[in-house]
Amino acid sequence: MLKISNLQARVESKEILRGINLEIKPGEIHAIMGPNGSGKSTLASVLAGREDYEVTGGTVEFNGKDLLDLAPEERAAEGIFLAFQYPVEIPGVTTINFLKTAINQIRKYHEKEPLDAAQFLKLMKEKAKSVKIDDQLLRRSLNEGFSGGEKKRNEIFQMAMLEPSLGILDETDSGLDIDALKIVADGVNQLRSADRSFIVVTHYQRLLDYIVPDFVHVLYKGRIVKSGTKDLALELEEKGYDWIKSEADALEASMV
Amino acid sequence: MSFQNIQGQFEAEFENIQKNLNGKSGSDFNLIRKGAFEQFKALGIPTVKNEDWKYSNLKNLDKLQFSFNSASSISKTTFDSLPFSSLKGISICFVNGIFSQELSNIEESAKIKVLTLENALDQIPEVIEKHYGKYVEVDKEGLSALNNALSNSGSVIVIDENYVLESPIVIRYISDVTSENIALNIHNLIVVGKHSEAKIVEIFQTEGEKTAFSNLVTEIFVDKDAIAHYYKIQDENDQSYHVGTTQVNQEDKSYFYSATVTLNGGFVRNNLNLVLNGQYIDNHMYGLYIPNGKQHVDNHTLVDHKMPNCESNELYKGVLMDSSNGVFNGKIFVREDAQKTNAYQNCRNVITSDTASMNSKPQLEIWADDVKCSHGTTTGKLNDDAIFYMQSRGIPKPEAIRLQLVAFAEEVVSQIKIEELREMLDTMIENKLK
Ligand SMILES: Nc1ncnc2c1ncn2[C@@H]1O[C@H](COP(=O)(O)OP(=O)(O)OP(=O)(O)O)[C@@H](O)[C@H]1O
Ligand SMILES: [Mg+2]
Repeated sequence: MLKISNLQARVESKEILRGINLEIKPGEIHAIMGPNGSGKSTLASVLAGREDYEVTGGTVEFNGKDLLDLAPEERAAEGIFLAFQYPVEIPGVTTINFLKTAINQIRKYHEKEPLDAAQFLKLMKEKAKSVKIDDQLLRRSLNEGFSGGEKKRNEIFQMAMLEPSLGILDETDSGLDIDALKIVADGVNQLRSADRSFIVVTHYQRLLDYIVPDFVHVLYKGRIVKSGTKDLALELEEKGYDWIKSEADALEASMV
Repeated sequence: MSFQNIQGQFEAEFENIQKNLNGKSGSDFNLIRKGAFEQFKALGIPTVKNEDWKYSNLKNLDKLQFSFNSASSISKTTFDSLPFSSLKGISICFVNGIFSQELSNIEESAKIKVLTLENALDQIPEVIEKHYGKYVEVDKEGLSALNNALSNSGSVIVIDENYVLESPIVIRYISDVTSENIALNIHNLIVVGKHSEAKIVEIFQTEGEKTAFSNLVTEIFVDKDAIAHYYKIQDENDQSYHVGTTQVNQEDKSYFYSATVTLNGGFVRNNLNLVLNGQYIDNHMYGLYIPNGKQHVDNHTLVDHKMPNCESNELYKGVLMDSSNGVFNGKIFVREDAQKTNAYQNCRNVITSDTASMNSKPQLEIWADDVKCSHGTTTGKLNDDAIFYMQSRGIPKPEAIRLQLVAFAEEVVSQIKIEELREMLDTMIENKLK
């Protein structure tokens, strides 16, 4: 489904991704962990098409297409969804209006008729229930004045509405209380299917108790320096990153 | 001397009017006009040396030749096809300044008078005597003086005491500039009586591609405990000049609620001046301008708090596209006696192009000590994060921008209390922001 080969990216002349290799097959869940500033959000943003990041090398293939060739909205229409680490507040545009526009733009991309108001409302009610998000919240300006937890839940709600084939969750668990965490995990698990994959960026093993990954990767200084199964997350929880950092730093030094 | 050409045209027109007065030249009304014309000659047309006109340059006006009495043959069909023509309510329509019975819909009752200036002079001279020209300051603004001297068109609307008028009163000005440039001096008077309420809409439109120069004065008297809603809507061509002063006088416990929406216009200058002549007065002023191309929109507002316990609220918003210019100047005076004044002002602008510009300046002068005043002005681009966020959900960039701009504008439009008008504006704004 997704094949990232030697991906390199920088922002304002600062190298942030320095050769990422990652392959994700349909139905798989990959967790990405790593110290602050290692490039996890950058990777997520580059996949979603953020222009601030300049891709300086490598390729990304998504369902047979050259992902890097597509505009952000085309990537979304092709099935990429990024749940933002810091969801943006948009005054004056309600979540409902926003999502209706999004869904119908994606339908237009696939040359499908737009949903009418009734169809949309029905879908929305159903999905809102599944992620236990309050109708009232959806009638307010998008994320404006939402609590941290509400914003994260709104991201999952949007994902449920758009039904992407690859969901990228950037620290969706941060700042959530334990009940909200379960709701978010439930939301992801409900969407899990044989042809839908996820990249879950997190700092906490806790989330992975609920969303059980097939693989865990550690990103450090813009590279994946270790990959393993969910046991790797447990090991990191116990030992921290120091051992991985020194291993990786030693390896890099030996290569220069 | 600048403006020699245009000033000469006005002088000729003034003499022309004076010649045709048929013995009425000695009337009080005409004496006021004569005085006003002297004032105009002394003050002239404002240049950019005048601090209040620093960013709005009328110089190109001087290159044009205007006709002052241009008859128009706009058909009912053309009229019906113009935006806002389906707006329900009482309406009084002027084409090239000339009242059109056919295009108007006037329902008079004992409680409401909707008259042309001419008829008002005949039918309700006491109202004219009491209010007409009494609020606008002809000694400061050359163009207001000119207006008083030359006004050959206008409507007089009087709402009696203790009457709540549900349906709006729409004053339409259509400039037919298909064949020649025209100059109009329009003077409206609106009186809302004690304990009454009315919604007044002024709409300015052009038909054709030549220049209309509209020099407008609207005086509004809001009596004790009265509520006036006033919406000024401008949708004129890119060649047009519109200089308009709305002068509002508010009495005790009155309420004035306004929205000035400039959809289109070549050169637009709106002055909205509120004099708060009593206590416990409330007012809200909203403004929206969305110029594109080379359009120039200048809003000057003034709120004069003279007495204690009043509140004024102001929000002006602009979307500036292409090479357009915006100007906002908001004066708030809080006089020594105006204790316990609350005055708020905010001007927010979004610029969507590197060649568009905005000059905004709050100007607060406060002589009282127990007051709450705040002002703020911001001008910036749309937030890139917000655009990317929308794109990442499948919304193409132009649509993401449009959605945000429409939402930005909606904050002003949503204040308008006439649903039908709101919907019309929404559609027009959505189309323009594409
Ligand atoms: N727009 C930018 N301008 C400058 N530097 C940036 C920009 N975006 C990211 N960076 C830098 O790139 C590095 C990687 O940032 P990124 O946000 O990808 O890290 P992360 O792994 O997601 O960290 P965290 O765990 O704290 O979320 C950091 O040093 C960050 O400061
Ligand atoms: Mg991050």
